[in-house]
Amino acid sequence: MSSPLALDVADLSKKYGDRMALSHANFEVPMGSICGFVGPNGSGKTTTIRMLLGLISPTTGSGHVLGESITEPEKYLPNVGAMIEGPAFYPALTGAQNLTVLAKLGGFDTNGIQGLLDLVDLGDRGNSKYKTYSLGMKQRLGIAAALLPKPKLLVLDEPTNGLDPAGIQEIRNLLRKLADVGTTVFVSSHLLSEIEMISDHLVMLRLGKVIFSGKTSELLAKQQPVIVAKPENRNDLDKLVKIAEGAGHSAKIIDESVHVTGAADFSAKLNKAAFEAGIVLESLTPVRASLEDTFFEMTGE
Amino acid sequence: MWNVLRAELTKLRRPSLSLSTFAAVTFVTGLVTSLLFLLVDSPEGNSDRGVRIGREVLALPTGVSLSFSNAAGLLGIVALCIFAAQTAQEYTYGTLRNLLVRQPSRMKILFGKLGSMKLFAIAMVTLSAVLAVSLSYLFAGIKNIPTDAWSTPDARSAVLRTFINVLIATIGYGIFGMILGLLFRSPISAISIGVIWNLIIEGLLSAFVTNIDRYFPGQLLSIVAIGGNDRISYQYALFTSYAFLLGGLAIVALLFKKRDVAN
Repeated sequence: MSSPLALDVADLSKKYGDRMALSHANFEVPMGSICGFVGPNGSGKTTTIRMLLGLISPTTGSGHVLGESITEPEKYLPNVGAMIEGPAFYPALTGAQNLTVLAKLGGFDTNGIQGLLDLVDLGDRGNSKYKTYSLGMKQRLGIAAALLPKPKLLVLDEPTNGLDPAGIQEIRNLLRKLADVGTTVFVSSHLLSEIEMISDHLVMLRLGKVIFSGKTSELLAKQQPVIVAKPENRNDLDKLVKIAEGAGHSAKIIDESVHVTGAADFSAKLNKAAFEAGIVLESLTPVRASLEDTFFEMTGE
Repeated sequence: MWNVLRAELTKLRRPSLSLSTFAAVTFVTGLVTSLLFLLVDSPEGNSDRGVRIGREVLALPTGVSLSFSNAAGLLGIVALCIFAAQTAQEYTYGTLRNLLVRQPSRMKILFGKLGSMKLFAIAMVTLSAVLAVSLSYLFAGIKNIPTDAWSTPDARSAVLRTFINVLIATIGYGIFGMILGLLFRSPISAISIGVIWNLIIEGLLSAFVTNIDRYFPGQLLSIVAIGGNDRISYQYALFTSYAFLLGGLAIVALLFKKRDVAN
């Protein structure tokens, strides 16, 4: 039996005038997963998120969030936390007052607000006005607001914008912790290395179309690993290319190294063949394709 | 809707808004009351558009509430600005999307907001009434205007009637501001258009075109505040102004319900 789904969309499209912001999107996100939502600017990520949250209505298609249709957001939004397109709060209110407004609106307990501020490291700045916050602090307040309903599904649009490396790591750890207790996290980000580190599922968009949807590991496994061989003597670069091609692998010279496409176990054979041909290798490194490489290859960006 | 009301009151209670609003109400009421009493003997008049309200009129039971009803137009402009700003700022701050994620029923958001702003308007009008009556006694003493009739049951019922009428007018102006806020989605545009329309366009056209004020909501609301006049009855002013406002509110409510929230 397949695992229950936190999100599923079928043939979902949104058209603004003549422009198709999202075209016939289909994807599923299993409950309890951390799903990265990636794509270049203008690829339709925020449009999709807005439709999932009932802020805009689809032109065609359907979708379900926590098992409920996106045409009835009142049925699932009490269990969804969201930060869309960055934090947005009232500048003249303090961080705590801004959270109080949203807690009262959603009918949530306001007693947990200090705990949430502590969780996002704003415990001692909760009584400062929002307009005095740095970008990173605003971002953290946005995450605290998203956590107000103790959500089953957390939808975050670029949550690490404006955060320093330590802040990014804290958010990464927080999302992991939330996933560990069963919260589904749907996170869009342009920091692909971050997404690669935390997400077990991935939805990739390009020009309003879903070009991949599935497990991150499956996507990365599809990519051929690369062996980077750097000879001590630059004159040996061509010889190395011939050795690799002779063994049935494609190879090309990039900078002062030879990049050979092939399984990691070819490294040992290449090392041996180079030694026998009198080539001294300065380094020999098997490199797994990163999500960023894969992303650029797939999106053609 | 109760949750929306509670949330909105948290925003309206912030000192920067409530104190500045109450300061504006105090200024407006003080100004109108002082002009009414201190210029009572001035040949230039002491009320709206050079109208002269004499000592004998101020000494009547209705005299105690005259300055309060005269201040209604300006109180209405204050309400218009607040209702417009509180509605339109959700678009400019981008906070509307947060509100709709926490309360997906757009009608609950809209009418919860309206309810909270009505409560705010009640506080404004109550402050204005207390100030107007207190200052009327103070200035009547200074100008030797008799106040014996002000403590009669007729005077008390005049104050109550004026309070209700000013409140209806103030809320009416506020609804006009809310309509503009939803329509223009920018506090500056909504407030400037609202103020220019009420203070300049309606005023100018009414001065030059006979009887056109019978069809202007702002002019009609100021007539509601004073309980009607010899040309336009209270009932006509009340029903026509609120017909315009409720019609406008229904249209923008429909737009608000259907429109994508894309900012």
